[in-house]
Amino acid sequence: MKKLGNIYITLVLLFLYVPIFVLIVFSFNESKSTTFTGFTFEWYEKLFRNEIIISSLINTVIIAIAASLISTILGTFAAIGINSMRKVPKAVVMNVTNMPIINPEIVTGVSLMLLFVFFAARMNMEFGFWTLLIAHITFNVPYVILNVMPKLRQMDPNLFEAAQDLGCGPFKAFRKVVLPEIMPGVLSGFLMAFTYSLDDFVISYFTCGATSQTLPITIYSMVRRKVSPEINALSTIIFVVVVIVLVVKNAIENRRYKNAADGKAE
Amino acid sequence: MKSLRAFAYPYLVWMVVFIAVPLLMVVYFAFTDENGAFTLDHIANVGQYTNIFVRSIWLAIIATVICLIIAYPLAFLLSRMKKHHQGTMLMIVMLPMWMNFLLRTRAWVTILGNTGVINTILGFFGIDGVKMINTEGAVVLGMVYNYLPYMILPLYSVMVKIDKSVLEAADDLGCSFWGTLFRVVVPLSVPGITSGITMVFVPAISTFIISRMLGGGSNLLIGDLIEMQFLGNAYNPHLGAGISLVLMVIILLIMTIMNQFDPDDQVLI
Repeated sequence: MKKLGNIYITLVLLFLYVPIFVLIVFSFNESKSTTFTGFTFEWYEKLFRNEIIISSLINTVIIAIAASLISTILGTFAAIGINSMRKVPKAVVMNVTNMPIINPEIVTGVSLMLLFVFFAARMNMEFGFWTLLIAHITFNVPYVILNVMPKLRQMDPNLFEAAQDLGCGPFKAFRKVVLPEIMPGVLSGFLMAFTYSLDDFVISYFTCGATSQTLPITIYSMVRRKVSPEINALSTIIFVVVVIVLVVKNAIENRRYKNAADGKAE
Repeated sequence: MKSLRAFAYPYLVWMVVFIAVPLLMVVYFAFTDENGAFTLDHIANVGQYTNIFVRSIWLAIIATVICLIIAYPLAFLLSRMKKHHQGTMLMIVMLPMWMNFLLRTRAWVTILGNTGVINTILGFFGIDGVKMINTEGAVVLGMVYNYLPYMILPLYSVMVKIDKSVLEAADDLGCSFWGTLFRVVVPLSVPGITSGITMVFVPAISTFIISRMLGGGSNLLIGDLIEMQFLGNAYNPHLGAGISLVLMVIILLIMTIMNQFDPDDQVLI
């Protein structure tokens, strides 16, 4: 039974990884066709000389950092406020907050586009960096709130009041007492927001306009062309980066887990 | 705690302006014409696209079922591994999901294409020109490939909570392998099954990339239809809003049905 299980896991992993390895192999292929004719770095060179890709990569990183920082601040304060609301308003706010998560991305994208078109027509505003940033913050904040809320629920509600009774102002009480308690949730919310922002295509597609493109948008315009081996090279680079990031993350977690276990043993 | 409530005010403003108002605008556009007068024409016009709606729902259901069939045993096997192996295995399973999904879908174009990897290999054996790309099958494959991790993760997270001793007890009391599976494991994993189904079904029914890249022009889905009304040649945001509204209603219905199966009333994410 165990052997069968291992065979099954291997088969699923093959299904998941074979396409990626095909891309990697063809990123080194000399010819543009799907027969391997010889080894080359040509596509990588072309990729790094492609200014559109480089500039959209920079744009993506800027937007992801800005959107995830703003949504982390907005979302953390929101979670604290929502957590202390009465039952009914809390339920209403949480239901609206869940909307961008439950709704298909395309609906969120389209609805924001309608709003921006409305503003653009009346306020002489153009689609671009700002619409993209607003859209990214909008779909990121709910994830931050959902990460912070459980931590707040675990926290003793009297702590904040106790700090104030002992002479802390509300802001100091927040910084010294509440924030350290909820920090793990804030961090995971930030990371989630950052990765969603980096990877988002659908919502950006409807809100970016012509001037401010993110990497996924550029990738989309590239993959629409039939043959573009640079795409394979880009996939390989992204795959390698992802592997490195996840392996490092895993190693840190394992070490922390091990340290915690050792700590208990002592 | 009252003083803390004010912390939420900036977000509440944001939420109203950028979540609630845009969704209300979708509803408003769906029920008005170019001059802002009330009309049901757009909703009625959605009826013309019944075949596309049926196809989208059908393909999304097939993809969801296949994902469930593949993911269920895998999640179970993962949840029974040694604790320190689980984290690593889970990372390996989820890793492809961190790649941009356009690139992942693009990989299948290379594999399934008319001069793609499979056809090249088949060519060596004297079989040529098997048409794989631009078919409904390719679209379903793309959905399964892209959304499989969304099914594995919720299933794994409920199964890992099933205590080993529960399974041993079923075994000791004379339950067969299948008996244990259907009387113990499946009932305990219902919350994972329902949230897995919604997490695969919702993106699958609303995708426009997978159908465009792997389905050619002939396998339009609801997502393609909406995209065409907003950014395509058929520019008509009113009709697009109408289609979006119908799509939201379909998804809401499916989620309500799914919630019926869920023992505890948790929010499906």
